[in-house]
Amino acid sequence: MKLVIAVIKPFKLEEVREALIGLGVAGMTVSEVKGFGRQKGQTEIYRGAEYATNMVPKVKLEIVCDDDLADRVVEAIGHAANTGAIGDGKIFVLDVGHAVRIRTGETDTAAL
Amino acid sequence: MNRSTITRTAAALAVLLCAAPVLAQTGGPVRAPDAAAMATMSNKGDTAWMLVSSALVLMMSVPGLALFYGGLVRTKNMLSVLMQVFMIVSVASLVWVTYGYSLAFTSGNSFIGGLSKAFLSGVSGSTYAATFSNNVYIPEYAFICFQMTFACITPALIVGAFAERVKFTPLMLFVVAWLTLVYFPVAHMVWYWAGPDFLPDTPTDTGLLYGWGALDFAGGTVVHITAGIAGLVGCVIIGKRRGYKAEPMPPHSLTMTMIGASLLWVGWFGFNAGSNLEANGVTAVAFINTFVATAAAAVAWAVIEQMVHGKPSLLGAVSGAVAGLVAITPASGFGAPMTSILLGFAASALCFWFVTTVKNRLGYDDTLDVFGIHCVGGILGAIGTAIVADPALGGQGWFDYTKFPAVPGAYDMATQLVTQTKAVLVTLALSGGVSAVLFFLLNATLGLRPSADVEAEGLDLNEHGERAYNY
Repeated sequence: MKLVIAVIKPFKLEEVREALIGLGVAGMTVSEVKGFGRQKGQTEIYRGAEYATNMVPKVKLEIVCDDDLADRVVEAIGHAANTGAIGDGKIFVLDVGHAVRIRTGETDTAAL
Repeated sequence: MNRSTITRTAAALAVLLCAAPVLAQTGGPVRAPDAAAMATMSNKGDTAWMLVSSALVLMMSVPGLALFYGGLVRTKNMLSVLMQVFMIVSVASLVWVTYGYSLAFTSGNSFIGGLSKAFLSGVSGSTYAATFSNNVYIPEYAFICFQMTFACITPALIVGAFAERVKFTPLMLFVVAWLTLVYFPVAHMVWYWAGPDFLPDTPTDTGLLYGWGALDFAGGTVVHITAGIAGLVGCVIIGKRRGYKAEPMPPHSLTMTMIGASLLWVGWFGFNAGSNLEANGVTAVAFINTFVATAAAAVAWAVIEQMVHGKPSLLGAVSGAVAGLVAITPASGFGAPMTSILLGFAASALCFWFVTTVKNRLGYDDTLDVFGIHCVGGILGAIGTAIVADPALGGQGWFDYTKFPAVPGAYDMATQLVTQTKAVLVTLALSGGVSAVLFFLLNATLGLRPSADVEAEGLDLNEHGERAYNY
């Protein structure tokens, strides 16, 4: 099993979700996060008071899937979340040791 | 009979019916009528309008001003601002009916009235207050309520200047003292006079600034300049917020601010058009001027931001609207729609420059720009009133109420400009001076400023024991 973590632009979430459903991904966890990479924050001006926001709002997805699905998940996210502009985000893939479905006690692939 | 004829006939009939009781009794205007005669000179339309206006002005304070201010502070201080405004309105109401109305609106000297109507003594459902027309009266309770809402909102305006860093109880004590020593005297000086049916017999029975001939239709000096300068003095004495200019302090909800500013705009029709004390043509003049000056100021601020920052902001648009509302306040019943639009443009340009440039250069932390918008806009409006009131520019001029019945006075713009400027200076000096003494005394005794920990954690939890939002 693999854990795919993707940090993407918030407005791309729906496209990415549709692409992943199309692949047969059974579920995911989504968080609203802030951070920075090469893309820097914006300047906000309130009645002349300027604030540089260093952190940019992003959406973080966490998807656990079978090993053989992981490459296609990464490809689908990379395709759906791409705008070509700086700040499109990043994808990380990690190995997952164990998984349990709490309700039934099923484990590993059966729990996904 | 076509529709417009019906309307015209109905209007003519209404005029006849209104005039009938007075004419039937006397055959002409009555000089110095008694209460029984005033009862026949009171009209249901005026009374209804004044009661509605009073409710509209209350809506400006709560929730209008509270939300306008509240949205601009950080989440941790939202509730403190709401509570300060809500309690100031409540406390000011009680002070008003206890002795404020009497000090402001009974005959005394040029600076302050007497205590003859303390606890509303002698006032009943069958006593009346004068308007700006001979032989037109409104129930005294309606006048008291209308003026009460002004006494409520004026001290509430001040808190924006030192929002996020003031202790609640000393603030309430300040408000009571400030109403007593600043607001009631200034209201008396600007707005107290014997009334059109009595002034001819007692031509000196007026407040100081009224006697000078200062024009302030709805409270440019009494409300906005007094509050604006008090705010400036307060924020300087209390000091800057911790982290001012070093850490970001963006508004926590411009949605709330937009709702608040819009409620202010709607409520301001009661404030300005209601200040005519009757429902007639001049009321409509004040209404339309309030409408268009505000719109002009909102547009002007947005255009200026587009040119200066490249983006028109919502906060800018609503700030412009409030600046326009402030500036048109003293001029609302005196100007004409087209000159009011120019006044609105000028208010935004001046206030924008003040809050974005002058404030930063001088380095004081007027949190919500009470001085930069209310005082600066108020001064512009008070002085601009002399220009837009000129009948040569389509203005309403002024009435000489020492004649009976009142006649239009000869208008001289230069003289009026001097009078308006003097009124502004007196108001600035009185409110600025007394506020400085009050803030200084409270700071030296009870202390006005919460501890650094409290300020960092927020006033909501520490001063009020609750949060504005529990998600």
